[in-house]
Amino acid sequence: MSTNPVKFYQVGSFAVGNRLLSAEDRSIQSDPNRTNALTSGHRACQGCGEALGARYALDAAMRASGEKIIAVNATGCLEVFSTPYPESSWRIPWLHSLFGNAPAVATGVAAALKAQGRTDIRVVGQGGDGATVDIGFGALSGMFERNDDVLYICYDNEAYMNTGVQRSGATPPAARTATTQAVGENPGNVFGQGKNLPRIAMAHEIPYVATATVADLRDLEAKVTKAMSFRGARYIHVLVPCPLGWGSQSCDTIKIARLATQSGLFPVFEAEHGEVVASTPIRKRESVEEYLKLQVRYSHLFAPTRRDDVIDHLQAMADKNIARYNLMSTDNGGN
Amino acid sequence: MFQVRIHGRGGQGVVTAAELLAQAAFDESRYAQAFPSFGSERTGAPVVAFARIADTEIRVREPIMSPDAVIIQDSTLLKQVDVFSGLKKDGFALINSTRTFEQLGIAEIAGNNPRFITVPATAMAMQYLGRPVPNAVLLGAFAALTKSISLHSVTDAINEKFKPKVAASNVAAATAAYEYVLEMVAAHA
Amino acid sequence: MLRQVEGSKAVADTVAACRPQVICAYPISPQTHIVEGLSQLVKNSTLQGCEFINVESEFAAMSVAIGASATGARTYTATASQGLLYMVEAVYNASGLGLPIVMTVANRAIGAPINIWNDHSDSMSQRDSGWIQLYAETNQEAADLHVQAFKIAEELSLPVMVCMDGFILTHAYERVDVPDQDQVDRYLPPFTPRQVLDPTDPLSIGAMVGPEAFTEVKYMSHIKNLQALDVIAHAGDDFTSIFNRDSGGLLRGYKLAGAETVVIALGSVLGTIKDVVDEMRADGLPIGVLGIIAFRPFPFELLRQMLSGAKRVIVLEKAFQLGIGGIVIENVRTSLRGTEIKDFNLIAGLGGRPITKTSLRNYLDKAHYDNVADLTFLDLDQQLADHEIAREAGNYNVH
Repeated sequence: MSTNPVKFYQVGSFAVGNRLLSAEDRSIQSDPNRTNALTSGHRACQGCGEALGARYALDAAMRASGEKIIAVNATGCLEVFSTPYPESSWRIPWLHSLFGNAPAVATGVAAALKAQGRTDIRVVGQGGDGATVDIGFGALSGMFERNDDVLYICYDNEAYMNTGVQRSGATPPAARTATTQAVGENPGNVFGQGKNLPRIAMAHEIPYVATATVADLRDLEAKVTKAMSFRGARYIHVLVPCPLGWGSQSCDTIKIARLATQSGLFPVFEAEHGEVVASTPIRKRESVEEYLKLQVRYSHLFAPTRRDDVIDHLQAMADKNIARYNLMSTDNGGN
Repeated sequence: MFQVRIHGRGGQGVVTAAELLAQAAFDESRYAQAFPSFGSERTGAPVVAFARIADTEIRVREPIMSPDAVIIQDSTLLKQVDVFSGLKKDGFALINSTRTFEQLGIAEIAGNNPRFITVPATAMAMQYLGRPVPNAVLLGAFAALTKSISLHSVTDAINEKFKPKVAASNVAAATAAYEYVLEMVAAHA
Repeated sequence: MLRQVEGSKAVADTVAACRPQVICAYPISPQTHIVEGLSQLVKNSTLQGCEFINVESEFAAMSVAIGASATGARTYTATASQGLLYMVEAVYNASGLGLPIVMTVANRAIGAPINIWNDHSDSMSQRDSGWIQLYAETNQEAADLHVQAFKIAEELSLPVMVCMDGFILTHAYERVDVPDQDQVDRYLPPFTPRQVLDPTDPLSIGAMVGPEAFTEVKYMSHIKNLQALDVIAHAGDDFTSIFNRDSGGLLRGYKLAGAETVVIALGSVLGTIKDVVDEMRADGLPIGVLGIIAFRPFPFELLRQMLSGAKRVIVLEKAFQLGIGGIVIENVRTSLRGTEIKDFNLIAGLGGRPITKTSLRNYLDKAHYDNVADLTFLDLDQQLADHEIAREAGNYNVH
């Protein structure tokens, strides 16, 4: 009789301390002795996707490395809300240098550890989409090109949030930001721009590239853990909704992230050395409209006049992702 | 202080020549300073290198305005660059050429001056090295002409700077040039 | 060991002897031979326990250095001119974070217009960055200052810039007693960082400091820079006791005894100046030289003491402030405030224009009798300039 491993999806994502699982399979968040790398007291907004994602990612990295990581952080929300001098909510060694150099600084940390014969200590570089996709892009590419032993995590909330919601190279088309206003014939960010960092990372053929969201935190943990099993340059791109910048309810952060994946707008996949090796199938397909209507940054697509042309264009993008990553199939090598 | 200015084109080993001269002086326990006229890397462009040799510390950093000797590694420069600019009245000029002063158009300045000589350095380089790089040859000639450095020091410097096989052929070439010039100088006298 | 060697090579070999653990650099003329030399020493295992990172820009170079130094590695990089400017954000970051990085600046002019030759505009533009700035007079001193730089940097937890004239020193082939490994080991202990990234004792480096504390942080940096003067002076003295030669320190006088006129300058031009001064002394003129080795922090007190007998100073500089005049001279004037000592400014060597003994002598012969303008540009083609000014004037409606 053949068996099919069954995943308790519902329980796996909403109940971290599932006693039906063995200790090693449980989320580290269920362990009262976890590092809690980003501990309470930080100044993030209510419902901040980035704070949630960062805590899960770094605690997973701590577990995977035997509690030995050094984090390098770019300037941005995460850095600002976590270290208001004289306080710091980091319980791990943590370095913030500049906006555009986190990947290079992480390279430096890794080089020092190698020279000192301490490669048991692992390096995690992290930053928002602005720091990663725009101003830090050169440094990131350099780090990838050299295959430096760094895991870089991008928390993508699709704009420069900390400075007041300005457009970045990761801002999706049609989204309103302070520098792509919802006015004129083509309100919001224009189509035909933007960088797909996961695919650019893949083009560097680094050992591991993955995307994830805060809708499936166990998946994020698993990917960080898997990334830590590799040496060399690794990249994880995490979608983290921002209630303030997206104009959404702080209680909807996880729901919106799920709609992003279920609509196909944000494909969830893994790649190794430039080839996709697994993707997470869409469980219950949603139209992009379900995703868009929860966010004020897209409200101009619905009122005063409904912009079906734009909504259709966004739907087409989602459809393309679904086709490209085979997201409607259950035979994807992934979950 | 003895000041030498070396003219040539990028790729002809002009800078190496200046460095060899400096190394030779160092081997004689003297002070030496060698430096190129700096510029972006470009083969074929006119380049100048300088070498100062003295018995005390050399402090000055200006380009050599009044050389005691000039070495011209590429005679096509005679029409392009004022290679003799500032050359002292009793200065030496060593020109890599098989042609006469008349043919080179410098009969007036070189004429009867025993301190101006031509050496077929490229031909000698081809003979001994199989490559048209005349710098070491000219240094052997220079040693004989100016007597400001010994051939022994020049060959020592060559051996220090190049790998054994290349060094050996350059030493042979330099020595041959040295003897060639000694004969020329004796004939003039 | 005494060698006839290219300045860049002497520096590379000396830096290697300092046992750096991370070297990260991006090539730019005229620093290239230094990093090429170090890259080879790492690759052929002459220099061990060192990671050499080929970075993708100068901004990356200083950033990698920041990460490495914060992790407790002795770290080195080198740059010049445009490269220095490209990394400026990180330059300030390094000093603000108190990281003892040592960097060679192979002095080169800043564009536009693009110019690859020597002057001091690059390092001078960073005089307020919080880095210690030392200027080498010769390739011997350039090599020696790097050894002292690591010691100074690590004692103070401040980064140090060793400035050496691009091409004039970097590409000059001259006699250098390149420090031996055992001499360097006796002088320079292993790096023990004041604070370091370590999982066994986590700390957060690089917090955001608001108005309530920023002034105090900056004031403490100010105090540290004042304390640096002593550290630099001692580093030079300690160096002399182990290496048996005078190298480094704050200032160096030459024939100051009885000098009515003193020429003040930084870097390699001091050699040419000394030759001219010797000739003038032979002609009976009471003239001397004061070389500035430590420009930042600036040794105000010591300079004032050493110039106590002078009637006038000529400050020769290879950089200046557009529309104003020299940079160094302003520090000199602050130092001499309250004295009767006159000062004259000579801007020379911009963009690599050679500073010749003839031109210097002509100028100094007049300057010694106060017969020069307050501000002079040495060997300026005044006729060409006047022509251009007149031509430009035709473009404006000036009534």
